[in-house]
Order: sequence, then C-alpha cells, then structure tokens
Amino acid sequence: MNLEIDIQSERDYDLIQIKGEVDLYSSPSVRKIILELTKKRSPAIFVDLGEVNYMDSSGVATMIEGLQLCNKYDGVFALLGLRENVREVFELTRLDKIFTIHQDLESALGAKTK
Amino acid sequence: MDSRISVSITSDPQLLAVVRAAVAKVCELAGYSDEVSQKIVLAVDEACTNVIKHAYKGRKGQPIDLEFRLGNRNLGITIQDHGEPAEKSKLKSRDLKEIRPGGLGVYLIKSTMDRVKYVTKPDSGNQLIMTKSLP
Repeated sequence: MNLEIDIQSERDYDLIQIKGEVDLYSSPSVRKIILELTKKRSPAIFVDLGEVNYMDSSGVATMIEGLQLCNKYDGVFALLGLRENVREVFELTRLDKIFTIHQDLESALGAKTK
Repeated sequence: MDSRISVSITSDPQLLAVVRAAVAKVCELAGYSDEVSQKIVLAVDEACTNVIKHAYKGRKGQPIDLEFRLGNRNLGITIQDHGEPAEKSKLKSRDLKEIRPGGLGVYLIKSTMDRVKYVTKPDSGNQLIMTKSLP
C-alpha cells in the first residue's frame, strides 16, 4: 500500500492527513473519504498534503471534486502543506489560484476565524 | 548507438508505482535535473493512466509496453497498448479555464514533452510516442 490516510474530526472541521503517493491506484480511497465528509456537510475540510510526495491528475481531480462539492453548500475546502513537486502540479494546471492553500492547520484555522 | 530499456506491465493501477520508479531511473541516467525528471515521471504516469482508463476501460491484466530510447540528443519514450483507440477529443489538451475533475493528463504530457505523437492501427493497437531533448 502506497498511501496512509488519517481523519481527525472536530466540531468545526475535518482534517484529512495523507501520507504517500496519490495516483490512479490510491486516489479512489481519498475520494471516498471526501465524498463521505461532504455528504454529511462538513463545515470545513482541510486536506493535509505535507506528507504526499507524489500526486498525479487523478489526485488533482479528486481535490477539484471536493472543492466543488464543498462550494455547493458554502463549506470550506483547503489544502495544507504542499511540497514543492506537488505544488508544481497545481501550478502547471493553473489550479493553484482556484484552491485555498495554507502552510499548516494553524494558519488554516486562523484564516477561517478571520 | 541508442541505449534501449523496456518495461512491460499489465494494466493494474498498483503497478504505476513501478513505472514511475523505472522512469526516474532512466531520467537519472539521461542526466535530467530533479525538477525535469519529476515532470517526465508525471507525463509517463499520465500516459499509462490514460491507457488503463480509456484504452482498456479499467480492465486489469492487459499489456502495456514501454520502451525508452536514450540517444545522443533525445530521450524517446514509446507506450504501446492493445486497447481501444482514443477518441479524438480525448487527445486534445483541455482548456484550463474550465475547472472540472478529469482531462488534465494530456495537458500535463504536452506541457512537459517536446514532441508527442499518437498512432493507432487496427492490427497493432495504439502507440504514444514522446520525445524530450537531453539536458
């Protein structure tokens, strides 16, 4: 298995921590979790990609889907701690401007309460 | 004379990690920077992903043959499958202004490789031929 996923659910938000490689093989596991959280209308979903060392367009597509589902009910969907090579995939596809990207959970929560 | 490296997998998404490791090693041999290597790894991964998703419609156990030709000036990569030919619309880079899941793979391939050619023949399947000039 090239992926580990942890979910931390709090009253105001859900934090998904992903470790490993997000590709065609592993992205369905991430997608399943995001769909479950959006189904129960999580007020904020933070996806921590700090430990993700590879992401392809399947992973990016999963993030777009999460963002669009959250937007439908005015929820927050943000990405945390992107490594340089993962950030580059978002930049190449010009999606870095579409997503809210924070360095870590602390700054994401700070931005949320502003 | 060109050096040749062949890698064959079946269309199982779990094996994409093996392809990525092989491509990274070929890029190291070719002398690309880490940054360029990562983009080539991504381009080949996206091409194989498209074969699994579109040519084989997600069916596992089908052959995907990759050949790398390391010449004096270029790295050539050929990806061969025996699935269904791609629809013409799927071979185009999509408009990035359109925000939707899917369809980014071709854009990522074309933005990294210098030349990308798709050949389909009824008797021998589909070939994606890509080249990238050496550093």
